[in-house]
Formats: sequence, structure tokens, C-alpha cells
Amino acid sequence: MSSADVVGADNAPPPPLEEEQLPGGFRGARDRMWLNVRTGNLGSIPIIVGELAVVIFFAFSATNFFTSVNFVNLITETAGTALLAYGVVFVLLLGEIDLSIGYVAGIGAVIVAELQLPGRNLQMNGLLAILIAVAVCAVIGALQGSIVAFVGVPSFVVTLGGFLIFEGVILNVLQQRGSIVIQDRWINYTDLYIFSPAAGWIIAAIFTALYPLSVLYKKIVARGTEIAQQSWTSAILKTIGIGIAAFGTVAICNHGKIIETPEGLPLAGVIMVFFFVVLTFLSKWTTFGRHVYAVGGNAEAARRAGINVPRIRVIVFAISGAMAAIGGIVFAAQVNSVGLTFPPGNLLLNAIASAVIGGVSLFGGRGEVRGALLGALLIGTLQNGLLLLNVSNGWIYIITGLVLLGAVTLDTVAVRLQARSGR
Amino acid sequence: MSDTPLLQLRNITKTFGSVQALTDVDFEVRAGEVMALVGDNGAGKTTLVKCIAGTHSADHGQILFEGNEVHIHGPKDAARLGIEVVYQDLALCDNLDVVQNMYLGREVNRAQILSEAPMEQHTAETLKTLAVTTIKSVRQTVATLSGGQRQSVAVARAVMWNSKLVVLDEPTAALGVAQTEQVLELVRRLGHQGLGVLLISHNLHDVFETADRITVLRLGRNVGVFDRRKTTQQSVVEAITAGVPTKVAGISSTAGAGAAT
Repeated sequence: MSSADVVGADNAPPPPLEEEQLPGGFRGARDRMWLNVRTGNLGSIPIIVGELAVVIFFAFSATNFFTSVNFVNLITETAGTALLAYGVVFVLLLGEIDLSIGYVAGIGAVIVAELQLPGRNLQMNGLLAILIAVAVCAVIGALQGSIVAFVGVPSFVVTLGGFLIFEGVILNVLQQRGSIVIQDRWINYTDLYIFSPAAGWIIAAIFTALYPLSVLYKKIVARGTEIAQQSWTSAILKTIGIGIAAFGTVAICNHGKIIETPEGLPLAGVIMVFFFVVLTFLSKWTTFGRHVYAVGGNAEAARRAGINVPRIRVIVFAISGAMAAIGGIVFAAQVNSVGLTFPPGNLLLNAIASAVIGGVSLFGGRGEVRGALLGALLIGTLQNGLLLLNVSNGWIYIITGLVLLGAVTLDTVAVRLQARSGR
Repeated sequence: MSDTPLLQLRNITKTFGSVQALTDVDFEVRAGEVMALVGDNGAGKTTLVKCIAGTHSADHGQILFEGNEVHIHGPKDAARLGIEVVYQDLALCDNLDVVQNMYLGREVNRAQILSEAPMEQHTAETLKTLAVTTIKSVRQTVATLSGGQRQSVAVARAVMWNSKLVVLDEPTAALGVAQTEQVLELVRRLGHQGLGVLLISHNLHDVFETADRITVLRLGRNVGVFDRRKTTQQSVVEAITAGVPTKVAGISSTAGAGAAT
């Protein structure tokens, strides 16, 4: 009988919480991090290291990679994929899959393109068109989710059906015209609007402030209780890290110039980070988010605990559809049009790969929105750099595939390590 | 112990098509006692529990809770009365931590935004009052807990909601020796704290370790209620395998009643 398995005597004091066993301060933070690494709890470390390695590699090998202009390009190219990948995270958290998002993104783009066409009764403000497109795609997602939730058809099949159906719809709509040019400035702004340098700094400050504010809120709520709290050191270190990322991004963007036009922080990047914040909040701070994780972890347990499982499934697929539409609109704005080649090549697979590289499990219940952002950035950087190196499309696919494989292998090994160390 | 049993079943009969699962079963659990329900496979234990939990409703008979007749039509009715069932397969989410599991489906929230602090605090307090001290942190995921610790979490969750009767379905079925001991200790403690505990088990060793009284079902009938202190495993085994139905309503008429053969 090992002592760990025996119930303590009635009045025995509870053992100290794990967090407190390690010393505070920088040494404590370092020890904790090392403990995590040893036990396979790697978190976002591998992907951030990978991203840095890729950036350094291209900085030395690709001539135009390490320029402000390319940096802005990289952000606008990545934004669309990241937006789709956020939706994928929620679907994967349930242990489901959504294969339709590529063409749902296309539907979203076609809707805004149709609604902004001049010289028609339908023509309307671009912002209204965007709202309608997102709403329609959310309904499309909800319908697919309903078939999964209420009828019990596997999501793979339902959304594979959706994949074909929406591809067909897009083909039919665009057949005669070939492509629709988007002239509405609001729609095009989603990708192309550039903030002034000052506005960029303010936005960086706002996003940097969010994390310390959330830590502060938690500390205030936990005041006077025995709840284990995050140490000030780790909070400050993380805030500094986020600050460097945010202000660094704005600094690089503001630095650029295309001929005589100054560059700046692109709206696409702000949209990307905005939805990252909103969806992280939704998944981690709300009852709904908690229930998503519960259903993905053990749907039967969730049902017995009184959670309305079908409702959660329907809402998650609606989120997936809505995010696909937003991402699709950003992509369409990038080229000011929607054509028969939309969605761009491997959008669906890039979005799913982003989430998976970011550590979201395909079996449900494990992963974070943050993973999708980091994964999309890694894939975006890779593809951007390889294009600058004039690498053929074939090799870009092969390398992206190898990175996906490597990331998932590392994750699987880490999870096994975690299981062995009993954490 | 008060005179009115916490839960009392009278003449419960349940049939599934031509199968008579329960016939005229009387059964009771008092507050502050651990009542074990034993019987061979197919004796009707699960059916009886499902009648109490509201998954099935009985064809005939009465259910009295704290002396008042009640009709339990679903798990929610049972929960409202203060009856919580801990199922054999646990019903915990491995990917969530202890706090998140304890509050699963009943999260404390303000406008749908989770209030983690009160949940964490109350979870820690509940585990403390139940002397579940082997769980290092309430923010550990359940996947990292041992079988006994997981069972403790499941039981603690059932207790936390001001429940009066806790039904445990084979709580030690998949556990090792040490962990079984851990859970049985917890079951005993629930009784000491004044809760009614209904323990369903195949394992007579466990039953004799924890129960105050033992009800034996055989072929859907109550064949005897034994006082643990006045009986032996031998007589209970005989009741399980060859007991003759007797109309029983309490301890007085029962000790050794099953040993008719």
C-alpha cells in the first residue's frame, strides 16, 4: 500500500498546493518551466521555437524576407487562414471535423461580392453585406451541426457533403461571370486597410494590456482565499513577452514603405488578433466554453451532468461557419475579387493543419485557440519564405506536410511522456 | 437515527415485457446509515436503483422520501429531492480538472462568465470535509488521478449538492486494494456525516467493511435485510443464492431470515 493512496486521517492538513512547492521569483519560474519540459508539458514552447527558427532561417537565406513590406504581407496572408483555424479549434475540441469550411468561406465571399455589385437593386453597404454573409454561413454551419447532433450522422460525412454542395453552388453562381470584382471599400478594407503609425501604437497598447488586466482580475477575485494564484513574476514575464510581440509587430509595420506610401499595421492583423482574444475568452471564461471542453472530453458525462450536448454541437458548427465566412471575406479582399479559383488551393487543409500544429487534439477536449494562431503563423511564414526562395509549389506542400507530421509526432510523444510522469 | 426512514419503497413492482424484474419489493435507507444492496446478476439491483434515480418508474408501489410520497420521473426530480447517483463508469471528464468536474453542468457564473474563485474554494472545502487529502491540487486534470482518487471526486461531487441520499453503483469495481480501502473509508465517512448511503456491490468483503445493514435481492424479490453486526458473510451468501422471499420491513424480523434452507 503506497502512502500516496491512503486516505489521510480526518484532521490532517491538506498538502500544500503544487504551485507553492516551488520557490517564487525568477528561479521559481525557471524551475517550473523545467519541470514542465521534463514531464512533457511543453505547451506552446515547441511551436514558438519552431517559428523563431523558421524566421531566422529565412532572414539569412531569402533576400526580401526580413523587410517590413514582406512582414505586412505575411500578416495579411496569414489572417484568413488563422480566422478559419479558430473555428476549426472549436470543432476539433468536440472531437468532430468540419471539411466544408473551405467552400463555406467561398460562399461567404460570393455573398459579399454579389451584395456589393453596383447597378443592382441588391447593392448595399459593404459592412451590411459582411454581416449578412457571416450570418448566412453561421446558419449553414448550424444546419450541418444539426444533422450531426440530432440525426447522428458523423461530422466527417456531413461536412464532406457540404464540401461538395458548396463547391457546386459556387461553380453555378460564378459560371457565367468567371469572377466578381469587389469595389466596395469596406470589404476591401478587411485586408488592405493600413492604420496610421499612432493608431498602430494605441492598438498594440490595448492588446498588450488585456493579459495583465485578466491576471489582475483573477487576483482580485481570489483575494483572501487559499486559491493558488499565478505568481507576479510569471505574469510580468508573460506581459513583457506579449508587449514585445505587439509593439515589435507595429514597429516593423510602421517602418515599411512601398515606393512613397508608408506602410503600417494592417487591419487584417487586427481582425486576426481581435477574434483570437474574443474566442479565447469564449472558450476559457464562459460556461459555453467549459461545456465545449466537457463534451469533447466525455460526451456521456456531459449529458449526465445536465449539459445540452446537441445545443453545444450546433453552436460550435455555427461558429465554424461564421469564422469561415470572415476568413473568406479577408481572402477575397486580398485580391479584390472572388473567382472560380476561390478558395485558394489548400485553404481547408492549411486551416486544419494550423490548429493541429498548434496542439489541438483531433480526438477532442484538448487544445486552445492560441494554438491555431501560432500554427497559422508558422505555416504562413514557411509558405511565404519558401515562395521568396522560389521553391516550387510541390516542395512547399512537401515541407508543410513534414512540419505537420513533425509537430503532431512531437505532441504525441509529449502526451505519452506526460502520462508516464503521472501529471 | 430518526424513526422515519430517509427513503422507503413499498411493494415496488417493475416488469419489462414478460420479464418480472422486481416483485413487491420493500426497501429502506435511513439517514446516517450505509445500506448495502447485494444480489446475484439479474437479481434486480440495477432496476431498483433506476427506479430511485428516476430512470425507470415503477409499475406499482410507493416511494416515500422523508416520509412523504414522491414521484420520481427523471434524474432532475431525484436531484431536486437530494438523491445523487454515482455511476459505475464514473461520468467524469478526463480532460477537465477536479474543480471543473465537480461543477460540471452547474458552473457558478455571472452572465455566463465563469466565477472560478468560489468554485475552486468550495471544491477544496468539500474535499477537506470528506478528508480526501491525497489529491494534491484541485487544478489537476482528472486524467492524472488514480482510480481511487477519481472515485473520490465522483463521490464528492454527488455530496456537494446538499444531497441527502447518495447512491453508489459498484464504487470499487475497478480499483486496487489500497484504492478500494480509500473509497470505502470515504463511504463510511458519508454515513457518519448523516447522509443516507445506498451501496450496490458484488463484493461482500466491501459490504461487510462499510455497511450498517444489508438488503439481499434474489430474482427480483427482497429475501432479507441483515444487520451487519449480527450476521455473517455465510448467511448473506446463502440468501443471495437460495434465499426465500419474506415480507420484511425492518431489522426486527430479519436477522438470519435468509438462512431458511
